[in-house]
Amino acid sequence: MPSAPQTSGLRWSNWNLLLLVPLLMLITPFFNTAKPAVLGLPFFYWYQFAFVPVGVLCVGLVFVKTKDEPVEHGADHLAVDDLDAGDPKKGKH
Amino acid sequence: MQWTEFIVFTVLFLLVTVLGFFAAKWKQGDTLEHLDEWGLGGRKFGSWITWFLVGGDLYTAYTFVAVPALMFGAGAMGFFALPYTVILYPIVFLPLVRMWSVSRVHGYVTPADFVRGRYGSHWLALIIAVTGIVATMPYIALQLVGLEAVLRTMGLNGSGILGHLPLFVAFVVLALYTYQSGLRAPALIAFVKDTLIYLVIIVAVIYLPSKFGGWGEIFGDAQAKFDATPTPADGTLLNANNQLQYATLALGSALALFLYPHSLTGILASRGRKVIKRNMVALPAYSLLLGLLALLGYVAISAGVKPITNQATGRPDTNTIVPVLFGQEFPSWFAGIAFAAIGIGALVPAAIMSIAAANLWTRNIYKEYVKKDATPAQEAKQAKLASLVVKFGAVAFILFIDPQFSIDLQLIGGVMILQTLPAVAIALYTRWFHVWGMIAGWVVGMGWGMYLLYTIPNAAAGKNHFGGSALALDKLSLLGWHPFGGSTVQIYVGFVSLVANILVAVVVTLIARRMRVFNGTDQTTPADYHVDEDSPRVKVIAGH
Repeated sequence: MPSAPQTSGLRWSNWNLLLLVPLLMLITPFFNTAKPAVLGLPFFYWYQFAFVPVGVLCVGLVFVKTKDEPVEHGADHLAVDDLDAGDPKKGKH
Repeated sequence: MQWTEFIVFTVLFLLVTVLGFFAAKWKQGDTLEHLDEWGLGGRKFGSWITWFLVGGDLYTAYTFVAVPALMFGAGAMGFFALPYTVILYPIVFLPLVRMWSVSRVHGYVTPADFVRGRYGSHWLALIIAVTGIVATMPYIALQLVGLEAVLRTMGLNGSGILGHLPLFVAFVVLALYTYQSGLRAPALIAFVKDTLIYLVIIVAVIYLPSKFGGWGEIFGDAQAKFDATPTPADGTLLNANNQLQYATLALGSALALFLYPHSLTGILASRGRKVIKRNMVALPAYSLLLGLLALLGYVAISAGVKPITNQATGRPDTNTIVPVLFGQEFPSWFAGIAFAAIGIGALVPAAIMSIAAANLWTRNIYKEYVKKDATPAQEAKQAKLASLVVKFGAVAFILFIDPQFSIDLQLIGGVMILQTLPAVAIALYTRWFHVWGMIAGWVVGMGWGMYLLYTIPNAAAGKNHFGGSALALDKLSLLGWHPFGGSTVQIYVGFVSLVANILVAVVVTLIARRMRVFNGTDQTTPADYHVDEDSPRVKVIAGH
């Protein structure tokens, strides 16, 4: 799915799908075993510890890869003026 | 009385007290007489401050004593705290920046402010605000439980009301500087708290296992202890019955955490979208810490730790196992630092929670129903007073009611706050749900959740009701029909009630739409959810 146009409420990037990867951690039958142990830690424990960097990597990748998504910056004068016009509820100063 | 520990603790406590009062001058705005300043620290915290503030807010003293205590008592089930705090950030990454942007454009201070703006319904906003306040109050009380576990371990273990005096003194001090400095106080103190916590945990995790023959030995000791107990529910691995509970509790807790008003306070206080996104990447450092800390529950088993008997209640308090472990295994000066880390760790979230609850009271009850024309200065004054009331309410909880009651209430609070998910989180994306659908869903989810919690017994604690959040599927009944009759598999009550909430909300929404019932006015525009800090559309901070 391409990025939606500027004024849409939803902006999608396929990179966002990476955010689903850490949810694999919830499937307990995958890792509810004692062996193989690492440094005396049963598999159940170190497997879940290993998901900490996995989670960081996934969120970090989404952050970096979607950095250039269009957000409302100061430069978007046209869009901003359009949107502000005739909207007295904002109550800005 | 352990004097060395006590002196180190007191010195560090005095240090953060000075910081707390000094914080009023830190990154000062034009005035403190505005909720943007008192309640949100001027909405300008950068990545580092936000990391310490939100980290100090989410990973509370209670977490730090209760999670190892759960491991100590029940084993693998207590480890749910790790998946909970790992899946948390990917889940909230996208919604939180939308919440920040829309709040920045419209000057929202609380989640209920957003709901008010999104749906134009002060009733729905009131429900959200009251749920937030009620869920937060016992959470504050629990911070006191964490602080008191440390004070009692140091020997300040008096009986009766007088036994709570040290706790009372600590809280009065906290209340005063929060009153004066607002959110800046916990933000500044969080630096000290988190530095101490990291130091203590890293030392503990490197030093202690070697003392007891390494992790292999420690897990062996833990398994031996669990094998010796009559109940089959504990162990260093999950069993067939509690795996679903493990997963749904982790997921439900992750969904609930940023619905708590105090978590959002930390997010709304940040400067911009990038700050939040960076923090979603960096905050799991605390999760790693929490996972390591959880394992200290097993270390305490190897060390033969006996929980201290709380002289005020006359029962052994398992929440003291980590403080006792530190006191037993560390030299006294370092134990003092460890106790201070936990004690100060209680102050930071307690301050933020009371500010968040005060903001809700002020914005969504006082200004909405009591004094509609309140000026920003009057709002700030009201919030400061409310923060005092909230804190002394929490102390009264501990003083006059069994602490076990606040633990039960916090359990209930988690189920309650989950019921605000459609109005606070889903509404960030769509207005498909109808106001009446969400209100109906809230009523059903809340009622059913409370009822299910009421029906759960806990034989080990000798309780017939509110014995935990794990519901056997067998007990799940829909008006007398048991869809999973005979099943002993357990599930998290919050998850069940949230599903019911959403189903009801969908049905009532479909009906309301068919009948063309008015669905409120949306104050926000789609573009509001993408506005960043440098946009001219953001609202002036501390303006009118």
